[in-house]
Amino acid sequence: MERLTKAIPLGITLLACAFLLVPIVMSVLAGLTVNYFRGLCSGLTLRWIGEVWDLYSDSIFLSIRLALACLAVTLVLGVPAAYALARNPGWGSRVLEEFVSLPLAIPGLALALALLQLYGSYQGFRMSWTFILVGHVLYTLPFMIRSVLSVLAAIDLQTLEEGAATLGAGPARRFVDLVVPNAMPGILAGALTVVTLSVGEFNLTWMLHTPYLKTLPVGLADAYASMRLEVASAYTLVFFVMIVPLLMAMQWASARAQRITT
Amino acid sequence: MTRIPFTTLCILPLAIFTLAFLAIPITRLILASGEGVDGWAIYLKILQTPRYLSTLMQTVIVSLAVTAAALAVSTTAGLYLVRNRFWGRNILLSILTLPLAFPGVVVGFMIILLGGRQGLFNQMLPGYWVFAYSVTGLFLGYLYFSIPRVLLTVMAAAEKIDPALEEAAKTLGAPPWRIVFDVLLPALAPALIAAGAIAFATAMGAFGTAFTLATDIDVLPMVIYTEFTLSANIAMASALSVVLGLVTWAMLLIARSFSGTTVVAGG
Repeated sequence: MERLTKAIPLGITLLACAFLLVPIVMSVLAGLTVNYFRGLCSGLTLRWIGEVWDLYSDSIFLSIRLALACLAVTLVLGVPAAYALARNPGWGSRVLEEFVSLPLAIPGLALALALLQLYGSYQGFRMSWTFILVGHVLYTLPFMIRSVLSVLAAIDLQTLEEGAATLGAGPARRFVDLVVPNAMPGILAGALTVVTLSVGEFNLTWMLHTPYLKTLPVGLADAYASMRLEVASAYTLVFFVMIVPLLMAMQWASARAQRITT
Repeated sequence: MTRIPFTTLCILPLAIFTLAFLAIPITRLILASGEGVDGWAIYLKILQTPRYLSTLMQTVIVSLAVTAAALAVSTTAGLYLVRNRFWGRNILLSILTLPLAFPGVVVGFMIILLGGRQGLFNQMLPGYWVFAYSVTGLFLGYLYFSIPRVLLTVMAAAEKIDPALEEAAKTLGAPPWRIVFDVLLPALAPALIAAGAIAFATAMGAFGTAFTLATDIDVLPMVIYTEFTLSANIAMASALSVVLGLVTWAMLLIARSFSGTTVVAGG
């Protein structure tokens, strides 16, 4: 009986792991196999990766560029805002924080539809990569704000700032020399989250992209629909190579920031 | 000289961005839903048109089924991983949280590799095991991205349960299944409700997975997409988006209100 009550949960845990891992392994192997139907015995090759590079390297670079631009914008918009919210913890701040967090609750498809209806007719904006950037910023901004805010809320900002103020530091100086260094763990965790989410964003991007501006996940959807399985798998492998280290760094930074807040 | 407070300057860029790209677009979306031939009665029409109503029901049913399955699997695995330390535990944990950063399209592809025409199951048992493009495939895809989300919430809550409670129950002679149902699950209840609400909301709004699997099952995000792109029925696409947004938003409010309470096992 005792053995059974241990074996069943372990079995379910291993089954869940297999369910998540087996297709990942299959995809990696398929991307490196000469012929997927004949199996691994047909030999290993980097040919499909090369083909992905020829076909889709633009999408990979666009995604990296977008993620970095998105990071810059969320830093500029999010870090000062989180500071202001931390300094004025009233109901007004709560309402604003809730409102800014709406993109976490509303599906990307609905947000994209809203953006398209309002700005779709401004062709210059609609066709440029900044239109996709707006969507990515909208979606990732709440993560940056919350990450920074949780760190700032855990330290006694008021006392620190009063100390600096008596020493003659003005508000801007206090922000740069005191607030930002103290908030750094939160900024780092937020930054890694923003980049990871931006690289993988699909729901908004699919609606906002144009035929000349395809991000990595949009290219993936394209490859799944029209390319042979080996190429689709190789492309997915490229995506994994980018996203998995980012995810791990993000989890490490978030755990580190969390230790400060508790 | 009147000076704008520094904190106001700090919040201003965010306020402008949010107004321009969130508040006004959402208002536009809501207004657009009432600009069709039916006016605001369009929301009534959703309930009266069998296609939309059945889509709504199917989406809710699939999402509920996924929520229940993800809760069952992730709670079992989460409790096991919190209560047992063994070699390889961290590897299992990493595997279980890996899909967190996968977009819906990639999850869809994972299901195609398992249950598609060239999938693993169909290779082992040819002709019988093509399930990727049916409601089963959709269910498995949603389950794939729900397991990590639920797992993390459950594990965070389970780590806070006082081990003394379980020991007390054991000393009093409770069998293992009673410890699970009378001690652990009640202590986890707020986390389970929060995680369930998140899983439900994510499944309701999932677009990428359904898009890749291109199932013959109508789910709400796919119908919104086809109404918008193929039928150019802007008003209906907007109205359905508003309904979807309201449902997922309400779900996440529930999740927030429950996860805000700390897990305390009373009694």
